[in-house]
Amino acid sequence: MRKVAVIGVGQSRFGELWDRSFRDIMLEAGVEALEDAGLEGKEIDALFVGNMSAGRYIAQEHVATLIADYAGLAELNIPSVRVEAADASGGLAVRMAHLAVASGMHDIVIAAGVEKVTDAGELSMEIMSSSADMEWEGFVGATLSAIYAMMTKLHMKEFGTTEEDLAMVSVKNHRNAVNNPKAQFKSEISVDAVLNSPYVAEPLKLLDCAPISDGAACVVLASEEVAKQYTDTPVYIKSSAQASDYLALHSRKDLTTMQSVVTASRQAYKQAGVEARDIDVAELHDSFTIAEIMAYEDLGFIEKGKGAELIREGIVEMGGEIPVNPSGGLKACGHAVGATGVRQVAELVLQLRGDAGKRQVECETALALNIGGTGGTAVVTILGR
Amino acid sequence: MLPRFWRKIRYRYDLIGTRCNTCGRNYYPPRNFCPVCRRRSSIEEVQLSGYGTVLSYSIVHDTPVGLKMEKPYVVALIQLDEGPIITSQLACEPEEVHDGMRVKAVFRKYGEDGEDGIIYYGTKFIPAEEA
Repeated sequence: MRKVAVIGVGQSRFGELWDRSFRDIMLEAGVEALEDAGLEGKEIDALFVGNMSAGRYIAQEHVATLIADYAGLAELNIPSVRVEAADASGGLAVRMAHLAVASGMHDIVIAAGVEKVTDAGELSMEIMSSSADMEWEGFVGATLSAIYAMMTKLHMKEFGTTEEDLAMVSVKNHRNAVNNPKAQFKSEISVDAVLNSPYVAEPLKLLDCAPISDGAACVVLASEEVAKQYTDTPVYIKSSAQASDYLALHSRKDLTTMQSVVTASRQAYKQAGVEARDIDVAELHDSFTIAEIMAYEDLGFIEKGKGAELIREGIVEMGGEIPVNPSGGLKACGHAVGATGVRQVAELVLQLRGDAGKRQVECETALALNIGGTGGTAVVTILGR
Repeated sequence: MLPRFWRKIRYRYDLIGTRCNTCGRNYYPPRNFCPVCRRRSSIEEVQLSGYGTVLSYSIVHDTPVGLKMEKPYVVALIQLDEGPIITSQLACEPEEVHDGMRVKAVFRKYGEDGEDGIIYYGTKFIPAEEA
């Protein structure tokens, strides 16, 4: 397998982009990534697009071709592939692009992610919830937030995690987003504001839950040899791994561990030749505050059950030992579903290049965790200089 | 979505699961393959007792559009006495629910497909008499 570099990154603003279409936001991210890489366009060999549900959000399928077309690539007739794994679609698109270059099949490949959710109005959350098992969870009214809420209660009972611990995750991510110009919520919030926000599914409150956002992100991958023609400071994908699990929470052996995260991370550490303690900065999938705390444990940052200690002791804060979600995470940067996993990788590339501005973390090795639904899919990407 | 619902009526109304005779595990929702034995699976249907214990639950306030009239409702993970854990609704007041509560299955309405659509029925759980 060949070494693969990221030579360009781009991201649209995340949020409620009422005046922008699916095509508009994807192109905004794509143009930024191509400019960043110094590509004209004709050098691109293939395109992978992470997208969860354009069919239901904007009643448009065949979106990989649509994007290649509106990116001005139609006459190149390149392969363009849509990748879907609920809200892990973006991370998986990066992994597919990684494999396509590592294998030697292609030299320059785009991994993009895009979602346009606001056109679906009040159905947007329901569409997101279809990442759960619609016949045996969705049918009985178990929304995504309700399923995460049941995991939260078990985690609290088993390990003593509290509603304040969860609130602190949200507060941290909002604080970080203040320094991210692309973030949806660039405002600090207090622990009390989280605790006093209305219940979505008890014990999870509105400010424990990431929004569902419009947005797009794009990264340009190239083989090591080709990358050297474009940049003197390439960032490398040291490894990427994906794991699946039972779709429905009720079928899993352990209701407070995401086995997909454990499996994908151990494979990624092994392939990259690193250990959990070597990670300097991470972008983790905080679709709900409990997911970030469980991720600390399942990634091996700390032993099972002690995740909350990392937030209580400030270890995951900016300036701490392992800053988590310098971008603001899904909670405050926004969660543009299929774009999120690509955005995480784009953020870490900026961090590793030293281009992250006011939110810069000193780092050499970085990890992104993108989760589909309640943990049915996990994608881990490890990047380094 | 009518055929999709109709195909599973037998299992939704009656709590019929499956059992793998190779390893002895019970499954609900029913499965055509045992995830432990895979090709060596020997699957047959099994009637579950309908009794179980609440492992975790949530009072749901932010509901899908079709369940707005029901809110808040209680969703729970229930471990059936035969082993499988299922996700279901509890047909009781939120204040009545507690972890470890014994429950039993009952036949209840879940919702309807708009004003002219079919009415969905299925299994919910109610507090069981402590024996």
